[in-house]
Amino acid sequence: MALSLLLLCLLALSALAYVLARGKAFKSAGGDIRLLHSLPGYYGWNGALTVALPSLVVLVLWLGIQPAVIDNSVASMISDHAAGESNVGLVMSDVRRIADGLDLAVESGAMTEDYAGSIHADLTDVRGRLGSLGVALGSEVTQEKMRAAQAYRSMTATGNWMRTGVVLLLAFVGLAISYRRADKDFRARNFVEQVVKGILISAALIAILTTVGIVFSLIFNTVEFFKLYPATDFFFGTTWTPSFGGGSDLGILPLMWATLYISFIALAVAVPVGLFAAIYLSEYAGSTVRSVAKPLLEVLAGIPTIVYGLFALLTVGPLLVEAFGEGGILGLGWMKGGTAVMTAGLVMGIMLIPFVSSLSDDIINAVPQAMRDGSLGLGATHSETVKQVILPAALPGIVGAILLAASRAIGETMIVVLGAGAAARLSLNPFDAMTTVTAKIVSQLTGDADFASPEALVAFALGMTLFVITLGLNIFALYIVRKYREQYD
Amino acid sequence: MSSFSGLARATDPIDQNKATAMENVKIAAEKVQVFYGETHAIKDVSIDIRARTVTAFIGPSGCGKSTFLRCLNRMNDTIDICRVEGRIAIDNEDIYDPKVDPVQLRAKVGMVFQKPNPFPKSIYDNIAYGPRIHGLVRRKSELDDIVASSLQKAGLWEEVKDRLDSPGTGLSGGQQQRLCIARAIAVSPEVILMDEPCSALDPIATAKVEELIDELRENYTIVIVTHSMQQAARVSQRTAFFHLGNLVEVGDTQDIFTNPVDKRTQDYITGRFG
Repeated sequence: MALSLLLLCLLALSALAYVLARGKAFKSAGGDIRLLHSLPGYYGWNGALTVALPSLVVLVLWLGIQPAVIDNSVASMISDHAAGESNVGLVMSDVRRIADGLDLAVESGAMTEDYAGSIHADLTDVRGRLGSLGVALGSEVTQEKMRAAQAYRSMTATGNWMRTGVVLLLAFVGLAISYRRADKDFRARNFVEQVVKGILISAALIAILTTVGIVFSLIFNTVEFFKLYPATDFFFGTTWTPSFGGGSDLGILPLMWATLYISFIALAVAVPVGLFAAIYLSEYAGSTVRSVAKPLLEVLAGIPTIVYGLFALLTVGPLLVEAFGEGGILGLGWMKGGTAVMTAGLVMGIMLIPFVSSLSDDIINAVPQAMRDGSLGLGATHSETVKQVILPAALPGIVGAILLAASRAIGETMIVVLGAGAAARLSLNPFDAMTTVTAKIVSQLTGDADFASPEALVAFALGMTLFVITLGLNIFALYIVRKYREQYD
Repeated sequence: MSSFSGLARATDPIDQNKATAMENVKIAAEKVQVFYGETHAIKDVSIDIRARTVTAFIGPSGCGKSTFLRCLNRMNDTIDICRVEGRIAIDNEDIYDPKVDPVQLRAKVGMVFQKPNPFPKSIYDNIAYGPRIHGLVRRKSELDDIVASSLQKAGLWEEVKDRLDSPGTGLSGGQQQRLCIARAIAVSPEVILMDEPCSALDPIATAKVEELIDELRENYTIVIVTHSMQQAARVSQRTAFFHLGNLVEVGDTQDIFTNPVDKRTQDYITGRFG
């Protein structure tokens, strides 16, 4: 049975369970809702969930496990003979393609099921026949692969039949159980409550497990990299000259320096502007100004960073060159080209303004009105109140906001790719072009990367380093916010 | 305008005359109206508040007593939609005159709020806050003296003298409220307004604050809003009864509680409504 049909069956059975359980519970109370422990709908849901949940869980597990099991047993059929000429993985993907091709052939009527099962590669031009159906095979079909593909097909077919049987059996058992349990004294409402809780927990687990998965994929590749390239050279090397021919210097320091330099400039722009904007909006602006200005500021946060990158490349860079470049207005000649640390830093700062201002605004608004009253009641002016009472009270939150903004600045990619340049360099001049960790991750992994070379794997080590830094910043931010939060509660 | 000050009000003519004649008036309010947007919150209130006396404002919730109290140091200015009409004079000076800086006024007329609201600073900095922003001191030692004397006057010194550096928010509710009173005293105000200062405190802390109010009467003019008629009877010498935005009756506390003139006052203090 096809998967979609199976799902449809489950749905129908659940609906049936809903109706049956609800009806039975209703009848057991003699048609009087007040005698039921729960509202009739809960009995219905209890029935539907008892049918759907276990069978769906088994179905999902089955879908995950069956291909792996079949792959394994088929691979053991061919490995000793065919693996000699190439990778087992490549042979297996060939086998799968042949199996898919045979499926297609049977479906379109070009072969009978029996014929597809008994076809002999030495006697028939399988490649040609499948090719005429639109299934292109990379290499000649050997009898070895053909047998494997046929085994693959038959095992998949059996597996699918078993899957359908088991799932439907579970569904029917669920139907029976829920129907038996549907009685006026059964606590259907509590049961449904538990299920809802379970669903919420699994949603939270998915987010956490994904994070763990990301970390592990980074860790494994980073470990691979450090097997090929010494860690001390990576962390303390001052030159970054990757060459895919080998013998490259992969020191993180120039990249890290540029990352921090750009982030510093970005924060130097974003923190004062964002903070002052937040103070104005939360303390001084009237409600009409606020209702217009706040959404407008937050529009800035919705602009894709690539657009900021274009702004840096086309507007800010040339403007800066006009001022600081060779023959510029200021006649300083500090800047050689439009892409520079300063360009990227300024634009990134603008990007971060709404981030800082929006968070700070919320935090300042959370300072109780009683604080303002107390200060004003002592004869303090508005700005004295802001400076000496409100900001200190809001400071932990504001520091948290700034640290979160910093971790965004460090992880930002598109603006630096377009605005900061491509040369890895250790320089103090903010008008020099430099390149950051994120930009280099992009350039190391784009194109035909060989994932066994240190030049490609270094991207994971770079990513891991960034991850650790931003994670540290986030944890530190949370710690600060937590530690001082209860001060005015 | 000044001719109004001698005018008797309809509710309590004898008492009013006696008040202006015999006692020095600290705050004189005449025909004060307060509007919140369209709502007419205070209607035509005229009252004289005597110096170095505790005056209690009583009345049911929403009767406007807190609103009127906040007019006395122009705290209502901080609310956008609030509008005040009429004349309120402190020491014969109209506090709503455009020449008057509300910031200066609030240094002269301190305020203690319903919920203790110490700043999230140390006990010392809480008290030093006012003197610092008003530039009352030149030296650290002077500031130390002000902090110590304010805490002493507020009866908190013995409890906190060893931990002036710990946060003010770490004190108990009653201590916090006395800290707020000390904070108000530190700027040497002439008038202290208290907006239900004991409503968030337990009976023991309340008793301490009441005792403190009684002591402060020697040096300050105190106006206290309270929901508790026992408290009004205990701490105040004068009592004003507000109802639905009107000042119904004002007089010596003893008279108000034993021999009220207006029926509404009688109903309220005997617990028939409110």
